[in-house]
Formats: sequence, structure tokens, C-alpha cells
Amino acid sequence: MELNQMKRQINFARNSLFEQGYLDEQFTQLEDLQDDANPNFVEEIVTLFFSDSMRLIRNVETALENYPTDFCKLDDYMHQFMGSSSSIGAKKVKEECTQFQECCRVRNTEGCRRAFQRVKQEHATLKRKLETYFQVSF
Amino acid sequence: METISVCCDQIASSKSTQLHVLAVDDSNIDRKVIERLLKVSSFKVTVVDSGSRALEYLGLEEAKDSTQFDDLKVNLIMTDYSMPGMTGFELLKKIKNSSTLKEIPVVIMSSENIVTRIDRCLEEGAEEYLLKPVKLSDVRRLKDSILKTENRSRKRKRNDDRLPVLPSSLSCHKNLTMSPPASPQPPTPKLC
Repeated sequence: MELNQMKRQINFARNSLFEQGYLDEQFTQLEDLQDDANPNFVEEIVTLFFSDSMRLIRNVETALENYPTDFCKLDDYMHQFMGSSSSIGAKKVKEECTQFQECCRVRNTEGCRRAFQRVKQEHATLKRKLETYFQVSF
Repeated sequence: METISVCCDQIASSKSTQLHVLAVDDSNIDRKVIERLLKVSSFKVTVVDSGSRALEYLGLEEAKDSTQFDDLKVNLIMTDYSMPGMTGFELLKKIKNSSTLKEIPVVIMSSENIVTRIDRCLEEGAEEYLLKPVKLSDVRRLKDSILKTENRSRKRKRNDDRLPVLPSSLSCHKNLTMSPPASPQPPTPKLC
């Protein structure tokens, strides 16, 4: 039956997001907060995350272009990025943010640039996967 | 000894038993999540995005007669630690230094597990220091703790005002008598 097949596919997609480490337990916590009265809660949170994070990405890019590098500002942006990634359970994105913060800590601009490329990559991958999962465009 | 007959209607229209939380966080995602966590746990929730807005909100309460505006009474403040402008720690200090607000329990939320920071917050009078992301189990535990404190202080107040101690289950038109004041309660243990 088509409906059952769809459900199976959705479950499969969801499980692989967890198995491949894109999402962690926090995403499940958000799912638990969803109910009939608030059926789109998770999607709403994820939407907020992507609009926020895209703004942060632009801010970090600008900050990285400035000389001398303002590590305080970068750390601040990353702290926000890390916070929201953590709040939705974006595991891989969070891990790359940690790497970036480490480069900030040792004031390594080139390291920060490379780490940020990885943050952006993970962010883009997660966005693609969640867009498929929710069948929306963020 | 006085006898007071209490009608069910009067009880129903009196102080709401729903606890009211003021949540403070500069992150819009975290505000949305904490709001949902609290509503799911049957709290009434007000969310603000900064320490100064929190004080504004609490300040508005001070001006009002608390017996008339029980709906606005805040039973718990949950604040993020790292916020621009006023940090959660600074907000905590301001609340604990205020004669009108210091009784309100304050919980700090932070993504950072820094022992010195945790100690500082607890020493300053925070009820608890929760690590983000905050879970449903954290909120439920908090609720139990706050309810116990509320019940204790409600009993103390009733005895101070020499009103009868109301049994938890009420039937209409019951004749009630005053009971003697309770002995002093021990302080609430600090959690976390």
C-alpha cells in the first residue's frame, strides 16, 4: 500500500539521519514536544534555525574578511551558532563549530577559515537532508 | 476560635494554581523551545529576550497589588547565562538584591559546564544551573521542586494571616475551623 511505503521511507530517512550522526537526541526531544495542537513544532524550529544560521554564516564570512581578525566577535558568533545547533540536535554542525572555536582560541585565522568551510559544508548537507525529510525549502 | 464557611465558587475564583514562569533568552530558537517545554509541563509562560525586559516585566508587577493580580505573579524565573547587555548572572544579582523580587526562585541555563561559573551562580542564590539544551525531565524536576516550595510558603502565609488550613479535597459549604500556626519549616535544599 502506498501510504505504508511512504511511512517506511520517512522512517528510513529519519533513522539514517540519526545513524549517520547528522542528528542527535535533542531532535527526538523536539519531536516529543510536538502534538496534535502543535503538529509543526519541529519544522518551525528547524525553519528558525536555518534563517538564523544563514545570517550568522554571512556575519562570520564578513568578520573573516576583516583585518586584523576580530577573534572575540568570531567566538561570539560561533557561540550563537553552536547554541542553536545544539538546540535542534544538529550534531555534525555542532562538532565543526567546536573545531572553529578552538582555532579562535589559539587565534589562528587560517585555521578558522578552513574550519568555517567545514561548518558551511555540514550546514549545507543538513539543510538538504532536512528539506527532503520535511518536504519544504528552508 | 472562629468558624468560616467556604463556598466552592469562592475557591474556584481565587488564586490560580498554575505556576507562572518568566523565561529570559536572547536566542529566538531557545525561547521557542523553552516556551514549549514549559507549556507541555502545564506552566503558564511569559518569554522575554533580555534581562532588562525581564526587569521591566517584573517591575510592572511590583506596582500592582499582588492579591488582585495573581495572574501576573511570577513563580519562577529561568534565564540564559550568556546574553548581550545584561547577563543572566547580572539579572540574578539584581533579583536577589531586590526586596520585592528576591523570593522568586531563579534558574540559570547555560550551554557551558564551567564549575566556577556554576558555583558563582549558586552562591548568588540561583536555585539551579541547568545545562542546555534543557530537557523535559529537567523542567519536570524543577516543577516538583517549585511546587513544594510554593506549598510550604502558602501554608506559612495562611497561618500568618490566621486563615484556616484548607484540606486538598473540598466539598461545598464545609464549615472550617482555624488551626494553630505550624512550626518553622527548614530552608529549601539547593538542587544541582
